[in-house]
Amino acid sequence: MSAQPKVKVRRLSIHYRDKTAVKNLDLDIAERQVLALIGPSGCGKSTFLRALNRMNDLIPGARQEGEVLLDGQDINGREIDVVDLRRRVGMVFQKSNPFPKSIFENVAFGLRIAGLRDKAELTARVEASLHHAALWDEVKDRLAESALSLSGGQQQRLCIARALAIEPEVVLMDEPASALDPLSTAKIEELMHELKSRYTIVIVTHNMQQAARVSDQTAFFYMGELIEVGSTAHLFTNPGVKRTEDYVTGKFG
Amino acid sequence: MTTHTDRAYERDLNNLRERLLVMGKRVQAMIAESVLALTARDSKLAEHVLKSDLAVNRLELEIDDLCRKIIALRQPAASDLRLITTAVKIVTDLERVGDLAVNIAERATDLNKAEPLPSYDDLPRLAELAQSQLRNALESFVKRDVVQAERVLTSDDFLDALFVKLFNELLQLMMEESKTIRRATSLLFVAKHLERIGDHATNVAEMVIYLVKGTDVRHPTSRTGG
Repeated sequence: MSAQPKVKVRRLSIHYRDKTAVKNLDLDIAERQVLALIGPSGCGKSTFLRALNRMNDLIPGARQEGEVLLDGQDINGREIDVVDLRRRVGMVFQKSNPFPKSIFENVAFGLRIAGLRDKAELTARVEASLHHAALWDEVKDRLAESALSLSGGQQQRLCIARALAIEPEVVLMDEPASALDPLSTAKIEELMHELKSRYTIVIVTHNMQQAARVSDQTAFFYMGELIEVGSTAHLFTNPGVKRTEDYVTGKFG
Repeated sequence: MTTHTDRAYERDLNNLRERLLVMGKRVQAMIAESVLALTARDSKLAEHVLKSDLAVNRLELEIDDLCRKIIALRQPAASDLRLITTAVKIVTDLERVGDLAVNIAERATDLNKAEPLPSYDDLPRLAELAQSQLRNALESFVKRDVVQAERVLTSDDFLDALFVKLFNELLQLMMEESKTIRRATSLLFVAKHLERIGDHATNVAEMVIYLVKGTDVRHPTSRTGG
Protein backbone atom coordinates (compact mmCIF):
# COMPACT_ATOMS: atom_id res chain seq x y z
CA MET A 1 0.00 0.00 0.00
CA SER A 2 1.71 3.11 -1.18
CA ALA A 3 -1.10 5.60 -0.56
CA GLN A 4 -1.47 7.37 2.78
CA PRO A 5 -3.76 5.49 5.15
CA LYS A 6 -7.22 7.02 5.49
CA VAL A 7 -7.17 6.47 9.24
CA LYS A 8 -4.12 6.20 11.45
CA VAL A 9 -4.52 4.95 14.98
CA ARG A 10 -1.63 5.60 17.35
CA ARG A 11 -1.15 4.22 20.89
CA LEU A 12 -4.90 4.07 21.40
CA SER A 13 -6.14 2.83 24.78
CA ILE A 14 -9.77 2.91 25.86
CA HIS A 15 -10.96 2.30 29.40
CA TYR A 16 -14.42 1.81 30.86
CA ARG A 17 -14.09 2.86 34.50
CA ASP A 18 -11.67 0.20 35.86
CA LYS A 19 -11.61 -2.02 32.79
CA THR A 20 -9.25 -1.51 29.84
CA ALA A 21 -11.07 -2.45 26.65
CA VAL A 22 -8.41 -1.48 24.10
CA LYS A 23 -4.71 -1.54 24.92
CA ASN A 24 -2.10 0.66 23.27
CA LEU A 25 -3.19 -0.05 19.74
CA ASP A 26 -1.49 1.04 16.52
CA LEU A 27 -3.24 0.43 13.22
CA ASP A 28 -3.42 1.95 9.74
CA ILE A 29 -6.64 1.72 7.75
CA ALA A 30 -6.11 1.92 4.00
CA GLU A 31 -8.36 4.11 1.87
CA ARG A 32 -11.00 2.38 -0.24
CA GLN A 33 -10.42 -1.02 1.23
CA VAL A 34 -12.42 -3.20 3.55
CA LEU A 35 -10.87 -3.89 6.94
CA ALA A 36 -12.47 -6.66 9.00
CA LEU A 37 -12.10 -6.76 12.77
CA ILE A 38 -12.39 -10.24 14.23
CA GLY A 39 -11.96 -11.70 17.69
CA PRO A 40 -13.96 -13.27 20.52
CA SER A 41 -16.64 -11.33 22.40
CA GLY A 42 -15.18 -8.73 24.70
CA CYS A 43 -11.91 -8.47 22.75
CA GLY A 44 -12.36 -4.74 22.17
CA LYS A 45 -13.18 -4.76 18.47
CA SER A 46 -16.54 -2.97 18.78
CA THR A 47 -15.08 -0.48 21.25
CA PHE A 48 -12.31 0.18 18.76
CA LEU A 49 -14.83 0.60 15.93
CA ARG A 50 -16.82 3.12 17.96
CA ALA A 51 -13.64 5.10 18.66
CA LEU A 52 -13.39 5.82 14.95
CA ASN A 53 -16.39 8.18 15.02
CA ARG A 54 -16.38 8.97 18.72
CA MET A 55 -19.44 6.94 19.61
CA ASN A 56 -17.68 6.09 22.88
CA ASP A 57 -18.18 9.75 23.89
CA LEU A 58 -21.74 8.74 24.66
CA ILE A 59 -20.71 6.02 27.12
CA PRO A 60 -20.43 7.25 30.72
CA GLY A 61 -17.05 6.46 32.29
CA ALA A 62 -15.29 5.80 28.98
CA ARG A 63 -11.80 7.34 28.77
CA GLN A 64 -9.35 7.33 25.95
CA GLU A 65 -5.63 7.88 25.37
CA GLY A 66 -3.73 8.07 22.11
CA GLU A 67 -4.75 9.38 18.73
CA VAL A 68 -7.13 8.59 15.90
CA LEU A 69 -6.11 10.54 12.81
CA LEU A 70 -8.56 10.92 9.93
CA ASP A 71 -6.64 12.19 6.90
CA GLY A 72 -3.93 13.19 9.36
CA GLN A 73 -6.24 15.17 11.64
CA ASP A 74 -6.89 14.12 15.24
CA ILE A 75 -10.62 13.41 15.49
CA ASN A 76 -10.55 14.09 19.22
CA GLY A 77 -9.06 17.55 18.70
CA ARG A 78 -10.78 20.61 20.16
CA GLU A 79 -11.61 22.07 16.77
CA ILE A 80 -13.45 18.95 15.65
CA ASP A 81 -17.24 19.16 15.38
CA VAL A 82 -18.43 15.69 16.32
CA VAL A 83 -21.57 15.96 14.17
CA ASP A 84 -19.40 16.78 11.19
CA LEU A 85 -17.07 13.89 12.09
CA ARG A 86 -19.99 11.44 12.13
CA ARG A 87 -21.08 12.77 8.77
CA ARG A 88 -17.65 11.87 7.42
CA VAL A 89 -17.49 8.58 9.32
CA GLY A 90 -20.90 6.91 9.07
CA MET A 91 -22.10 3.84 10.90
CA VAL A 92 -24.36 0.86 10.30
CA PHE A 93 -25.41 -1.17 13.30
CA GLN A 94 -26.08 -4.84 13.97
CA LYS A 95 -29.79 -4.36 14.33
CA SER A 96 -31.30 -2.36 11.51
CA ASN A 97 -32.85 0.75 12.99
CA PRO A 98 -34.96 2.53 10.39
CA PHE A 99 -36.96 5.51 11.60
CA PRO A 100 -40.74 5.01 11.70
CA LYS A 101 -41.05 7.11 8.58
CA SER A 102 -41.38 6.44 4.89
CA ILE A 103 -38.61 4.75 2.94
CA PHE A 104 -37.91 8.06 1.20
CA GLU A 105 -37.80 10.08 4.41
CA ASN A 106 -35.40 7.63 6.06
CA VAL A 107 -32.81 8.23 3.37
CA ALA A 108 -33.59 11.96 3.10
CA PHE A 109 -33.29 12.44 6.86
CA GLY A 110 -29.59 13.19 7.08
CA LEU A 111 -29.73 15.36 3.99
CA ARG A 112 -32.52 17.50 5.45
CA ILE A 113 -30.55 17.90 8.67
CA ALA A 114 -27.58 18.96 6.59
CA GLY A 115 -29.81 21.71 5.22
CA LEU A 116 -30.67 20.35 1.81
CA ARG A 117 -34.03 21.83 0.79
CA ASP A 118 -34.03 21.57 -3.00
CA LYS A 119 -36.70 18.98 -3.80
CA ALA A 120 -35.18 17.81 -7.07
CA GLU A 121 -31.74 17.38 -5.60
CA LEU A 122 -33.14 15.65 -2.53
CA THR A 123 -34.96 13.16 -4.76
CA ALA A 124 -31.86 12.58 -6.85
CA ARG A 125 -29.66 11.98 -3.81
CA VAL A 126 -32.18 9.58 -2.24
CA GLU A 127 -32.44 7.64 -5.48
CA ALA A 128 -28.64 7.48 -5.88
CA SER A 129 -28.20 6.25 -2.31
CA LEU A 130 -30.82 3.56 -2.76
CA HIS A 131 -29.01 2.49 -5.92
CA HIS A 132 -25.70 2.36 -4.09
CA ALA A 133 -27.26 0.26 -1.36
CA ALA A 134 -28.64 -2.12 -4.03
CA LEU A 135 -32.19 -1.49 -2.84
CA TRP A 136 -33.62 0.79 -5.52
CA ASP A 137 -35.19 -1.89 -7.71
CA GLU A 138 -37.03 -3.35 -4.75
CA VAL A 139 -38.45 -0.10 -3.38
CA LYS A 140 -38.71 2.35 -6.29
CA ASP A 141 -42.51 1.91 -6.52
CA ARG A 142 -43.15 2.19 -2.79
CA LEU A 143 -40.98 5.05 -1.57
CA ALA A 144 -43.85 6.55 0.41
CA GLU A 145 -44.51 3.35 2.33
CA SER A 146 -43.27 2.90 5.87
CA ALA A 147 -39.70 1.67 6.19
CA LEU A 148 -40.99 -0.78 8.77
CA SER A 149 -42.88 -2.64 6.03
CA LEU A 150 -39.58 -3.79 4.55
CA SER A 151 -37.99 -7.19 5.28
CA GLY A 152 -35.06 -7.41 7.69
CA GLY A 153 -32.51 -7.55 4.90
CA GLN A 154 -34.15 -4.62 3.09
CA GLN A 155 -34.25 -2.60 6.31
CA GLN A 156 -30.53 -3.14 6.78
CA ARG A 157 -29.82 -2.03 3.23
CA LEU A 158 -32.07 0.97 3.84
CA CYS A 159 -29.90 1.85 6.84
CA ILE A 160 -26.85 1.54 4.60
CA ALA A 161 -28.55 3.84 2.04
CA ARG A 162 -29.27 6.29 4.85
CA ALA A 163 -25.62 6.19 5.91
CA LEU A 164 -24.47 6.66 2.31
CA ALA A 165 -26.85 9.54 1.54
CA ILE A 166 -24.73 12.05 3.40
CA GLU A 167 -21.69 10.84 1.45
CA PRO A 168 -19.40 9.70 4.24
CA GLU A 169 -15.76 8.89 3.59
CA VAL A 170 -15.58 5.99 5.99
CA VAL A 171 -18.38 3.52 6.74
CA LEU A 172 -18.25 1.57 10.00
CA MET A 173 -20.32 -1.60 10.15
CA ASP A 174 -20.93 -3.43 13.40
CA GLU A 175 -22.14 -6.95 12.62
CA PRO A 176 -24.29 -5.66 9.74
CA ALA A 177 -25.50 -9.07 8.60
CA SER A 178 -25.64 -11.09 11.79
CA ALA A 179 -29.42 -11.05 11.94
CA LEU A 180 -29.98 -11.67 8.23
CA ASP A 181 -30.73 -14.76 6.18
CA PRO A 182 -28.07 -16.04 3.72
CA LEU A 183 -29.53 -14.28 0.68
CA SER A 184 -29.75 -10.90 2.42
CA THR A 185 -26.27 -11.49 3.80
CA ALA A 186 -24.96 -12.20 0.32
CA LYS A 187 -26.55 -8.94 -0.89
CA ILE A 188 -24.88 -6.95 1.89
CA GLU A 189 -21.54 -8.63 1.15
CA GLU A 190 -21.85 -7.99 -2.57
CA LEU A 191 -22.70 -4.41 -1.70
CA MET A 192 -19.50 -4.08 0.30
CA HIS A 193 -17.47 -5.12 -2.73
CA GLU A 194 -19.22 -2.37 -4.70
CA LEU A 195 -18.93 0.27 -2.01
CA LYS A 196 -15.23 -0.01 -1.49
CA SER A 197 -14.54 1.71 -4.79
CA ARG A 198 -15.93 4.86 -3.14
CA TYR A 199 -15.65 4.37 0.60
CA THR A 200 -13.28 3.08 3.24
CA ILE A 201 -15.09 0.33 5.14
CA VAL A 202 -14.41 -1.13 8.56
CA ILE A 203 -16.55 -4.09 9.57
CA VAL A 204 -16.81 -5.95 12.84
CA THR A 205 -17.98 -9.51 12.39
CA HIS A 206 -18.18 -12.70 14.38
CA ASN A 207 -18.57 -14.65 11.18
CA MET A 208 -15.06 -15.49 10.10
CA GLN A 209 -16.10 -16.73 6.69
CA GLN A 210 -17.77 -13.37 6.18
CA ALA A 211 -14.57 -11.56 7.16
CA ALA A 212 -12.70 -13.78 4.72
CA ARG A 213 -15.20 -13.09 1.93
CA VAL A 214 -15.56 -9.34 2.17
CA SER A 215 -12.33 -7.86 3.47
CA ASP A 216 -8.95 -6.96 2.03
CA GLN A 217 -7.29 -6.68 5.42
CA THR A 218 -8.17 -8.46 8.62
CA ALA A 219 -7.24 -7.46 12.16
CA PHE A 220 -7.46 -10.00 14.96
CA PHE A 221 -8.18 -8.65 18.45
CA TYR A 222 -7.81 -10.55 21.68
CA MET A 223 -8.36 -9.20 25.19
CA GLY A 224 -8.07 -5.61 24.09
CA GLU A 225 -4.93 -6.10 22.08
CA LEU A 226 -4.37 -6.11 18.36
CA ILE A 227 -2.69 -9.48 17.94
CA GLU A 228 -2.20 -9.48 14.21
CA VAL A 229 -3.22 -7.49 11.14
CA GLY A 230 -2.50 -8.36 7.55
CA SER A 231 -3.95 -9.24 4.19
CA THR A 232 -7.05 -11.36 4.65
CA ALA A 233 -5.80 -14.08 2.32
CA HIS A 234 -2.61 -14.36 4.34
CA LEU A 235 -4.31 -14.28 7.73
CA PHE A 236 -6.66 -17.10 6.78
CA THR A 237 -4.05 -19.33 5.14
CA ASN A 238 -0.88 -18.68 7.07
CA PRO A 239 -1.27 -16.45 10.11
CA GLY A 240 1.94 -15.34 11.78
CA VAL A 241 0.82 -15.59 15.38
CA LYS A 242 -0.29 -18.77 17.13
CA ARG A 243 -3.22 -17.05 18.85
CA THR A 244 -4.57 -15.98 15.46
CA GLU A 245 -4.06 -19.49 14.13
CA ASP A 246 -5.97 -20.93 17.09
CA TYR A 247 -8.82 -18.48 16.60
CA VAL A 248 -9.30 -18.89 12.85
CA THR A 249 -9.09 -22.68 13.13
CA GLY A 250 -11.51 -22.78 16.06
CA LYS A 251 -9.07 -23.90 18.72
CA PHE A 252 -10.11 -21.55 21.49
CA GLY A 253 -10.43 -23.45 24.74
CA MET B 1 -0.88 -28.61 21.76
CA THR B 2 -4.25 -26.86 21.52
CA THR B 3 -7.09 -28.84 20.03
CA HIS B 4 -10.22 -27.73 18.23
CA THR B 5 -13.10 -26.69 20.43
CA ASP B 6 -15.34 -28.75 18.17
CA ARG B 7 -14.19 -32.29 18.93
CA ALA B 8 -15.95 -33.82 15.95
CA TYR B 9 -13.86 -31.54 13.72
CA GLU B 10 -10.73 -32.60 15.58
CA ARG B 11 -11.69 -36.24 14.96
CA ASP B 12 -12.23 -35.59 11.25
CA LEU B 13 -8.77 -34.08 10.90
CA ASN B 14 -7.13 -36.88 12.90
CA ASN B 15 -8.95 -39.42 10.81
CA LEU B 16 -7.63 -37.74 7.67
CA ARG B 17 -4.04 -37.83 8.94
CA GLU B 18 -4.44 -41.45 9.97
CA ARG B 19 -5.87 -42.54 6.60
CA LEU B 20 -2.96 -40.84 4.82
CA LEU B 21 -0.50 -42.75 6.99
CA VAL B 22 -2.26 -46.05 6.34
CA MET B 23 -2.03 -45.32 2.64
CA GLY B 24 1.62 -44.31 2.95
CA LYS B 25 2.51 -47.52 4.80
CA ARG B 26 0.66 -49.55 2.24
CA VAL B 27 2.51 -48.10 -0.76
CA GLN B 28 5.84 -48.40 1.04
CA ALA B 29 5.15 -52.10 1.50
CA MET B 30 4.21 -52.35 -2.18
CA ILE B 31 7.57 -50.93 -3.27
CA ALA B 32 9.45 -53.31 -0.97
CA GLU B 33 7.47 -56.29 -2.22
CA SER B 34 7.74 -55.42 -5.87
CA VAL B 35 11.51 -55.05 -5.66
CA LEU B 36 11.83 -58.26 -3.63
CA ALA B 37 9.66 -60.02 -6.21
CA LEU B 38 12.40 -59.11 -8.67
CA THR B 39 15.54 -59.68 -6.62
CA ALA B 40 14.30 -62.86 -4.92
CA ARG B 41 12.58 -63.98 -8.14
CA ASP B 42 9.33 -64.49 -6.21
CA SER B 43 6.30 -63.88 -8.44
CA LYS B 44 3.88 -64.58 -5.58
CA LEU B 45 5.00 -61.29 -4.04
CA ALA B 46 4.27 -59.56 -7.33
CA GLU B 47 0.71 -60.85 -7.23
CA HIS B 48 0.31 -59.49 -3.74
CA VAL B 49 1.37 -56.05 -4.97
CA LEU B 50 -1.45 -56.08 -7.50
CA LYS B 51 -3.93 -56.86 -4.72
CA SER B 52 -2.56 -54.08 -2.53
CA ASP B 53 -3.07 -51.61 -5.34
CA LEU B 54 -6.84 -52.07 -5.13
CA ALA B 55 -6.75 -51.15 -1.46
CA VAL B 56 -4.58 -48.11 -2.20
CA ASN B 57 -7.01 -46.94 -4.87
CA ARG B 58 -9.86 -47.27 -2.40
CA LEU B 59 -7.90 -45.21 0.11
CA GLU B 60 -7.39 -42.49 -2.47
CA LEU B 61 -11.13 -42.24 -3.07
CA GLU B 62 -11.83 -42.33 0.64
CA ILE B 63 -9.32 -39.58 1.47
CA ASP B 64 -10.48 -37.35 -1.36
CA ASP B 65 -14.04 -37.75 -0.18
CA LEU B 66 -13.06 -36.93 3.39
CA CYS B 67 -11.25 -33.77 2.21
CA ARG B 68 -14.27 -32.62 0.21
CA LYS B 69 -16.53 -33.15 3.20
CA ILE B 70 -14.25 -31.21 5.53
CA ILE B 71 -14.03 -28.31 3.06
CA ALA B 72 -17.80 -28.22 2.57
CA LEU B 73 -18.81 -28.67 6.19
CA ARG B 74 -16.02 -27.04 8.18
CA GLN B 75 -14.58 -24.28 5.99
CA PRO B 76 -11.06 -24.99 7.25
CA ALA B 77 -8.62 -22.11 7.72
CA ALA B 78 -4.91 -21.59 8.31
CA SER B 79 -3.02 -24.81 9.18
CA ASP B 80 -6.20 -26.87 8.82
CA LEU B 81 -6.66 -25.54 5.31
CA ARG B 82 -3.03 -26.29 4.55
CA LEU B 83 -3.50 -29.84 5.84
CA ILE B 84 -6.47 -30.40 3.52
CA THR B 85 -4.73 -29.01 0.44
CA THR B 86 -1.63 -31.03 1.32
CA ALA B 87 -3.71 -34.19 1.72
CA VAL B 88 -5.42 -33.69 -1.63
CA LYS B 89 -2.03 -33.32 -3.30
CA ILE B 90 -0.06 -36.09 -1.62
CA VAL B 91 -2.84 -38.62 -1.97
CA THR B 92 -2.28 -38.34 -5.73
CA ASP B 93 1.47 -38.85 -5.31
CA LEU B 94 0.94 -41.89 -3.11
CA GLU B 95 -1.52 -43.40 -5.54
CA ARG B 96 0.98 -42.90 -8.36
CA VAL B 97 3.69 -44.59 -6.28
CA GLY B 98 1.33 -47.53 -5.88
CA ASP B 99 0.89 -47.69 -9.67
CA LEU B 100 4.67 -47.60 -10.17
CA ALA B 101 5.07 -50.48 -7.70
CA VAL B 102 2.52 -52.38 -9.77
CA ASN B 103 4.54 -51.67 -12.90
CA ILE B 104 7.69 -52.96 -11.19
CA ALA B 105 5.83 -56.07 -10.04
CA GLU B 106 4.64 -56.73 -13.60
CA ARG B 107 8.19 -56.41 -14.91
CA ALA B 108 9.35 -58.73 -12.14
CA THR B 109 6.81 -61.39 -13.13
CA ASP B 110 8.00 -61.12 -16.68
CA LEU B 111 11.70 -61.23 -15.80
CA ASN B 112 11.27 -64.13 -13.38
CA LYS B 113 10.22 -66.31 -16.34
CA ALA B 114 13.54 -65.74 -18.08
CA GLU B 115 17.17 -66.55 -17.26
CA PRO B 116 18.51 -64.14 -14.61
CA LEU B 117 20.88 -61.44 -15.79
CA PRO B 118 24.29 -61.02 -14.16
CA SER B 119 24.00 -59.39 -10.76
CA TYR B 120 23.13 -55.72 -10.79
CA ASP B 121 23.87 -54.43 -7.29
CA ASP B 122 22.88 -50.87 -8.02
CA LEU B 123 19.24 -51.81 -8.54
CA PRO B 124 18.61 -52.90 -4.93
CA ARG B 125 20.52 -49.80 -3.83
CA LEU B 126 18.33 -47.60 -6.00
CA ALA B 127 15.26 -49.36 -4.59
CA GLU B 128 16.50 -48.83 -1.04
CA LEU B 129 17.11 -45.14 -1.73
CA ALA B 130 13.66 -44.65 -3.27
CA GLN B 131 12.04 -46.38 -0.31
CA SER B 132 13.98 -44.38 2.24
CA GLN B 133 13.08 -41.15 0.43
CA LEU B 134 9.39 -41.96 0.64
CA ARG B 135 9.74 -43.16 4.22
CA ASN B 136 11.48 -39.94 5.23
CA ALA B 137 8.93 -37.80 3.39
CA LEU B 138 6.06 -39.52 5.19
CA GLU B 139 7.88 -39.37 8.50
CA SER B 140 8.44 -35.63 8.04
CA PHE B 141 4.69 -35.34 7.47
CA VAL B 142 3.90 -37.16 10.71
CA LYS B 143 6.45 -35.21 12.73
CA ARG B 144 5.86 -31.94 10.85
CA ASP B 145 9.64 -31.85 10.49
CA VAL B 146 10.77 -29.28 7.91
CA VAL B 147 14.45 -30.19 8.24
CA GLN B 148 13.75 -33.81 7.41
CA ALA B 149 11.55 -32.75 4.47
CA GLU B 150 14.31 -30.51 3.16
CA ARG B 151 16.75 -33.40 3.41
CA VAL B 152 14.46 -35.42 1.15
CA LEU B 153 14.64 -32.65 -1.45
CA THR B 154 18.45 -32.53 -1.47
CA SER B 155 18.83 -36.33 -1.38
CA ASP B 156 16.92 -36.69 -4.63
CA ASP B 157 20.17 -35.92 -6.46
CA PHE B 158 21.75 -39.16 -5.16
CA LEU B 159 18.86 -41.11 -6.54
CA ASP B 160 19.11 -39.41 -9.92
CA ALA B 161 22.88 -40.00 -10.05
CA LEU B 162 22.46 -43.67 -9.20
CA PHE B 163 19.79 -44.00 -11.88
CA VAL B 164 22.15 -42.55 -14.50
CA LYS B 165 24.89 -44.93 -13.37
CA LEU B 166 22.57 -47.92 -13.62
CA PHE B 167 21.30 -46.72 -16.98
CA ASN B 168 24.87 -46.68 -18.32
CA GLU B 169 25.62 -50.11 -16.87
CA LEU B 170 22.57 -51.63 -18.51
CA LEU B 171 23.38 -49.90 -21.78
CA GLN B 172 26.87 -51.37 -21.63
CA LEU B 173 25.40 -54.83 -21.02
CA MET B 174 23.07 -54.50 -24.00
CA MET B 175 25.91 -53.40 -26.28
CA GLU B 176 28.04 -56.33 -25.22
CA GLU B 177 25.32 -58.99 -25.44
CA SER B 178 22.40 -58.28 -27.68
CA LYS B 179 20.42 -61.24 -26.32
CA THR B 180 20.07 -59.37 -22.99
CA ILE B 181 18.32 -56.39 -24.59
CA ARG B 182 14.79 -57.47 -23.73
CA ARG B 183 15.57 -58.21 -20.08
CA ALA B 184 17.89 -55.24 -19.66
CA THR B 185 15.23 -52.92 -21.08
CA SER B 186 12.79 -54.28 -18.53
CA LEU B 187 15.29 -53.55 -15.80
CA LEU B 188 15.77 -50.08 -17.21
CA PHE B 189 12.04 -49.49 -16.80
CA VAL B 190 12.22 -50.74 -13.23
CA ALA B 191 15.05 -48.32 -12.55
CA LYS B 192 13.06 -45.48 -14.12
CA HIS B 193 10.02 -46.35 -11.98
CA LEU B 194 12.19 -46.22 -8.84
CA GLU B 195 13.58 -42.88 -9.88
CA ARG B 196 10.00 -41.62 -10.38
CA ILE B 197 9.06 -42.87 -6.92
CA GLY B 198 11.84 -40.64 -5.62
CA ASP B 199 10.26 -37.69 -7.46
CA HIS B 200 6.91 -38.38 -5.82
CA ALA B 201 8.68 -38.50 -2.45
CA THR B 202 10.08 -35.02 -3.11
CA ASN B 203 6.57 -33.82 -4.03
CA VAL B 204 5.34 -35.07 -0.67
CA ALA B 205 8.27 -33.39 1.10
CA GLU B 206 7.56 -30.08 -0.66
CA MET B 207 3.97 -30.21 0.52
CA VAL B 208 5.13 -30.95 4.07
CA ILE B 209 7.18 -27.74 4.01
CA TYR B 210 4.09 -25.88 2.80
CA LEU B 211 1.97 -27.54 5.49
CA VAL B 212 4.30 -26.51 8.30
CA LYS B 213 5.67 -23.16 7.15
CA GLY B 214 3.00 -21.98 4.74
CA THR B 215 5.60 -21.30 2.06
CA ASP B 216 5.38 -23.01 -1.28
CA VAL B 217 8.87 -24.19 -2.27
CA ARG B 218 7.85 -25.79 -5.55
CA HIS B 219 9.08 -24.47 -8.89
CA PRO B 220 11.22 -21.63 -7.52
CA THR B 221 12.08 -20.37 -11.01
CA SER B 222 8.43 -20.08 -12.08
CA ARG B 223 7.57 -17.90 -9.12
CA THR B 224 6.14 -14.48 -9.83
CA GLY B 225 6.43 -12.33 -6.73
CA GLY B 226 3.43 -12.14 -4.42
